[in-house]
Amino acid sequence: MKYVVLIYSNPATWETMPAAERDRVMGIHNRLIKELTESGELLRVDGLSHPSNTKTVRLRDGVPVVTDGPFGEAKEQLAGVWAVDCESVERAIEIGAPVADYDTVEIRPLMDLSGLEM
Amino acid sequence: MTSPPGVDGLLRELAPQALGVLARRYGQFDACEDAVQEALLAAAVQWPEGGVPENPRAWLITVASRRLTDEYRGDSARRRREAAVAALLAPEAANAPSPDEELATDEDDTLTLLFLCCHPSLSPASQVALTLRAVGGLTTTQIARAFLVPEATMAQRISRAKASIKSSGARFTLPPEDERAARLGVVLHVLYLVFNEGYTASSGPDLQRTDLTTEAIRIARDLHRLLPDDGEVAGLLALMLLTDARRPARSRADGSLVPLADQDRALWDQAAIREGVALVSETLARAPIGPYQVQAAIAAVHDEAAMAEQTDWPQIVVLYELLTSISPNPMVTLNQAVAVAMVRGPRAGLAVLEPLDADERLTEHHRLHAVRAHLLEMAGDREAARASFRVAARLTSSAPEQRYLEGRAAQLSDDVRVGSAAPAP
Repeated sequence: MKYVVLIYSNPATWETMPAAERDRVMGIHNRLIKELTESGELLRVDGLSHPSNTKTVRLRDGVPVVTDGPFGEAKEQLAGVWAVDCESVERAIEIGAPVADYDTVEIRPLMDLSGLEM
Repeated sequence: MTSPPGVDGLLRELAPQALGVLARRYGQFDACEDAVQEALLAAAVQWPEGGVPENPRAWLITVASRRLTDEYRGDSARRRREAAVAALLAPEAANAPSPDEELATDEDDTLTLLFLCCHPSLSPASQVALTLRAVGGLTTTQIARAFLVPEATMAQRISRAKASIKSSGARFTLPPEDERAARLGVVLHVLYLVFNEGYTASSGPDLQRTDLTTEAIRIARDLHRLLPDDGEVAGLLALMLLTDARRPARSRADGSLVPLADQDRALWDQAAIREGVALVSETLARAPIGPYQVQAAIAAVHDEAAMAEQTDWPQIVVLYELLTSISPNPMVTLNQAVAVAMVRGPRAGLAVLEPLDADERLTEHHRLHAVRAHLLEMAGDREAARASFRVAARLTSSAPEQRYLEGRAAQLSDDVRVGSAAPAP
């Protein structure tokens, strides 16, 4: 089963984090990525740049209208997207858990183009 | 691979034979597997242009053996030179095995390879990947494409699988007699996984994946030839043939699913059905009963009905009861409920589903809700049926199934609206 692990993070938490703690947390991320690469479960891993770099685009009367920055009042913003292919949802949760101390982690199954006849 | 089907088919057939010879001669399964894979790639490039050598099997063994020796020496310049020489060499090269060696061991080799690739120390995903490469002769690129994962991910699964086999200390021999049955069970499960991965793929851009179905059937056929007396091997082969026979009818050109009852049965592959029916009939008559044989028997009953209305549902109910008694499984119960509903009515089918509501894992599974919706619709409870189809559509992660389930729900809404506008009958 393929899942995305969506990591939501509060940029303020990261900006104020002591360097040693930041290194520790990054170490957890890196170890996990290495483990998933070696196990053949990792499909891809992407970190997102700071939310202030976001452009929001909406089509208004056929014309794209672009605004700076993310919408919404949420303090936590999408910061990372991992795609994994693993045995079960339990395993996907196990994969996401170690990085969920400061961040909120969502596990979502990816839609598949296969299907059983009913 | 872009080589013609002739060469491709030949290479896939020869792959496990060449690997068997090398693994027996040199041990070092992981290194031998790499060497054979390189030889296969070389053949795929050279044979379509220069012609197939007179003894293609010996050619592969020779080239692979040289790769292996060069690997040991770590001499890359020499490797390049010799690869070029090997390509020019006469096929009956010095390293070719004697005819006796070939005949005596080929069959055991394929079996030994299957057991090794499906070693219990590997994850199912790794067992599948390694089986397709070492026994099926597929390239890592082909396997990665079929499973829709990056090539690096698939390459990692394969090398990890080989490392696990190495560290488990498993050797290139058949497992001991007392472990044989359990290990064969794993092999059959791996082939079943490969088959399903290909079979459930819809048409269109996924056509590549149906290759997996063909490959699973080919390996199962080999296995049946090697173990003709095993009822479950025959059962699995029959199940694959009888299921795959319906493939041309099970989805439309746009990838949408066609349920069994609505399929154009003229499109079914009658040759595959005849072969599957003959296999399962012959096996049920003599071998101890097992779950693959019963599932094959159920598929045979469906396939033998020229029209959906002619399906022998009472027979299917009996077979599901048998299957539940030998191999209880909530997914089997779901299918059983549908069969019961066809014989004793939808309420009886819904009663079969009731115990499943206590199973928390199943209440999150779309198929329970899809089956309930179908039975509720049969019972005339359109409102509840529509609600259950909606739940099922939300829960599935299969795009074609979601589309189908949403369609069923929408149809019920339309009917409800039409029904309420029309005068009472």
